[in-house]
Amino acid sequence: MTSLAGYKPKPVADDRRWTAERVLVHVILLGFVVLALGPIFVVIINSLKTTPAIFGGPFSLPTAETFSLDGYVRVFTRGNFIANYSNSLIVTVSAVVLTVLLSTLAAYALVEYRLTALVPILTGLFLIGVMLPIRLGTIPIIKIMVAWGIMDTLLALILVYTAMSIPLAVTLMMTYFRTVPTELKEAARMDGANEWQTFLIALPLVRPGLAAVATVTMLPIWNDLWFPLILAPGKANQTVTLGVQQFVGQFLNDYPALLAALTLGAMPLVLLFTVFSRQFISGLSQGYSK
Amino acid sequence: MTRPATARWSLLLFVLPALAIYVMFAVAPLVSSVVMSFFNADRTLGSVFVGFENYIYLFTEPVVSARFWNALVNNIKYFAIHVLVEVPIGLLMAALLTSGALRRSEGVYRTILFIPATLSVVIVGFIWRLIINPLWGVVGFPLLGNQMTALPTISLMGVWQYVGIPMIFLYSALLAVPNDLVEASRLDGASPWRTFWDIKFPLIVPQFGLIVILTFIWTFNGFDLVFALNGSAPGPNYSTDILGTYFYRTFFGSSGQVADLDLGATVATVIFTIMLLVTALYFWLVQRRLRAHTV
Repeated sequence: MTSLAGYKPKPVADDRRWTAERVLVHVILLGFVVLALGPIFVVIINSLKTTPAIFGGPFSLPTAETFSLDGYVRVFTRGNFIANYSNSLIVTVSAVVLTVLLSTLAAYALVEYRLTALVPILTGLFLIGVMLPIRLGTIPIIKIMVAWGIMDTLLALILVYTAMSIPLAVTLMMTYFRTVPTELKEAARMDGANEWQTFLIALPLVRPGLAAVATVTMLPIWNDLWFPLILAPGKANQTVTLGVQQFVGQFLNDYPALLAALTLGAMPLVLLFTVFSRQFISGLSQGYSK
Repeated sequence: MTRPATARWSLLLFVLPALAIYVMFAVAPLVSSVVMSFFNADRTLGSVFVGFENYIYLFTEPVVSARFWNALVNNIKYFAIHVLVEVPIGLLMAALLTSGALRRSEGVYRTILFIPATLSVVIVGFIWRLIINPLWGVVGFPLLGNQMTALPTISLMGVWQYVGIPMIFLYSALLAVPNDLVEASRLDGASPWRTFWDIKFPLIVPQFGLIVILTFIWTFNGFDLVFALNGSAPGPNYSTDILGTYFYRTFFGSSGQVADLDLGATVATVIFTIMLLVTALYFWLVQRRLRAHTV
């Protein structure tokens, strides 16, 4: 960890003894940890077992006799898993990149030219969007996609997810751009930089913001079930979340494969979140607190 | 300073791409949903203005309106369980994380406790269906098969998954409480319990209110978990039907129900109006007063 954002000076009264109070806090939190991770752990250990072993003892660890990777093999041979994965990857990465790009430009302008008449209205419009339930506009969205001939394509998902993520991203990036010192931008303009070049000079200073926006927008997109179900249900365009949902319906008898599919479907985001949790947390708490 | 003319043009160019996509795929569809709810598709005449006819149908047709009220009441329960269980547990977690009793483990706990929120509902639904499966004997009772217990069970699965979100919000709010206030209280001999309720909690009441209203919006926007577990006509006997699944059925159709886009738009407008009224009321009445208190 290179960032010191979470660092707090030690309280004066602190000592390193294990007081009853500290033990109690750890015990309660460890209880929550067991509740949070236990169910996930059950799925992972059972995905590594044979079918009879799953039913024989669902909460026991795999042993030498019961260990089996057949579930994983069958997911890749019978399911549509690789296609689903690449669809999710294409949709999520494109929507996140578009969101970060467009929101950064917009947020910079809304902070930099705040004396211009339109700015309060525009800022308000984006701010409202943070709470806007975009799903309620699904019917007109279907009509647009049909009219444009992009129903049941990944492009339809990318456009909707970008629209869905922009308000929070703009609001969040504005808080970061407000911290860029005016002197820096004025100095750049004195040196003859145009507005675009001035923007590029300010950009490196909001890098933590870019990471926060990317992590916060990624999660709801990857895990969404509603829009894939409605806008891209075709077999070729299914995302992982929808694919796993269908897999659950089709392979109800094949528990090892099901559990393997669930494990694989969850893996990428859990890993990404664990690595970027600091950026994610600052993004989440700052984005909504305006 | 930038010249006003330059500023205007630059503003437009910088904001336009984001604004265009946002308006086209989020704002305009919501607005045109409202417009659509006053029209009816007619095979020969195209779309015909029908005034409040769709609303009258929604609220007077016996089956359609009964299902709507059922879904609304279920959604209120779904929200209530989230607020009564998820938010207090999130607050407890946040309070423990910021109690000063932890050192390096603070970040580890924070990350681990949020992990369920990064899973998709499909996975969460399946995990819990597996664990509460009556055949396994963990719970020898069909929690999801009973009309009385099905909705609370699904709600608690949602709580398990999303408790990390109020935790993070309240945790960030508690971190911002000035350390010297807490120190002063501690030096005065106040117990951690008293320090929390007398000093820290009053300072984070606005964020506490915010997470309650966000939970309201999210639960009234709910669909995924119920659909993943019980499909689009969530049983038993519609006891887990919420507004999201009801809305989905009206425009997408399901067994025994024909898809009706105009009626779907009407349902969407009604849900939107409910959310708007509650949120506006909250911000006018509650949040303003809270702000005034803390200043």
